[in-house]
Amino acid sequence: MPRVVFTSNLQRYVTCPERAVRGATVGQALAGVFADTPQIRDYVLDEQGHVRRHIHIYVDGRRIADRERLTDAVHDDSEICVLQALSGG
Amino acid sequence: MSDRLLVGTRKGLFTVARRNGRWSLLEPSFLGDPVTAVLADPRDSTLYAALNLGHFGVKMRRSKDGGKTWEEHAAPTYPPQPENAPGPAWKLVQVWVMETGGADEPGVLWAGTIPGGLFRSRDRGDNWSLVRSLWEHPSRTEWMGGGYDAAGIHSICIDPRDRRKVSVAVSTGGVWQSRDGGETWDLRASGMRAEYMPPDRQGDPLVQDVHRMVACPSRPDVLWAQHHNGVFRSTDGAASWNEIRACALSCFGFAVAVDPNNADTAWFVPAMKDEKRVPVNAQLAVTRTRDGGRTFEVLRDGLPAEAAYDLIYRHALDVDGSGERLAIGSTTGGLWISENRGNSWQCISAHLPPIAAVRFAQ
Repeated sequence: MPRVVFTSNLQRYVTCPERAVRGATVGQALAGVFADTPQIRDYVLDEQGHVRRHIHIYVDGRRIADRERLTDAVHDDSEICVLQALSGG
Repeated sequence: MSDRLLVGTRKGLFTVARRNGRWSLLEPSFLGDPVTAVLADPRDSTLYAALNLGHFGVKMRRSKDGGKTWEEHAAPTYPPQPENAPGPAWKLVQVWVMETGGADEPGVLWAGTIPGGLFRSRDRGDNWSLVRSLWEHPSRTEWMGGGYDAAGIHSICIDPRDRRKVSVAVSTGGVWQSRDGGETWDLRASGMRAEYMPPDRQGDPLVQDVHRMVACPSRPDVLWAQHHNGVFRSTDGAASWNEIRACALSCFGFAVAVDPNNADTAWFVPAMKDEKRVPVNAQLAVTRTRDGGRTFEVLRDGLPAEAAYDLIYRHALDVDGSGERLAIGSTTGGLWISENRGNSWQCISAHLPPIAAVRFAQ
């Protein structure tokens, strides 16, 4: 199953350990995480279901292309990394 | 009189408490997190703070024990955005202001947001609903950003005589008022003047850039507005506005506060307009009128004698319920309190993070 890893900075606000979840797309995999831990969703996605502007998601080292519908494909051995973009201040 | 002040900053929520006649800073909450709006609910003593986490979005916190412990509660969210909807994305950028509902409806809260949203909660923030009558008003998509990419609601006045009468100010989009609890809305900025617009649009109520609007609790038909290019006052519940031309130092600024017990007394913090936005002649000063805007005094006692570039933003001037105590907080981290209606000021700190909001709590 694909693994989902969250930035450690998110741990300040909500518990989000590394997880193995089912899914053939980024959206399906994240849905598996949110089903178990719904409070993570609002930290990663906005109210329209899009990836928040200052969050990046990488699959096997490549940044995902579809930040709105989350249709990028994932494989059984994929690693999905949810990271914060760099921002100043 | 209030002995406690909440200070929302770019790096957390600070509390200043008065003990044995001295004001002192307590340990901060949410250190490192931007706090954009604070509220102390006098009906049940709950404290609220709106956070704007750079990466993770807007998050809300409330405390039922005076700030010792905080819990997360729901943030306002916009409904699903229809395809091709005009205007900015239906995504919460910032909670800009929070206010309590009427005294007879405990738990009712209002929030003004960027982009241009007015939200109401009936359960202390567990759930929020967008006031769709205003959001879907055809004029809303003509509102313009004022300092931010999208327009926002920064001022909400609930009439203490009738909580169904709600007035909000928009930067930029004028003043809007409902008399039926938010079912219908009227534009209420007649008499305002926008000198930054082409001549034939300057009097258009829809383009007025109100920076901050407050109503006098003991005389709610009197409202004061610090506008982008002037100060305006209404004495008829926002039906009409009169320009106050006697401002001292400058008519530009962001903040205004009105004496809760005397609608003729109001305070401002002028700045050089409009590209510079620093104190006039680098001398930080508060101005006060006690006669409804006919004359103004300049109050500097206790404010920096040396050159100062402190800007007081729109929510960073507050007066307590007695009208005696005031606080100002600056975008360069200065915090001052007055215990005598602004006659003199004491510096609480010159080294806080940039201050977005100050608010007295009971």
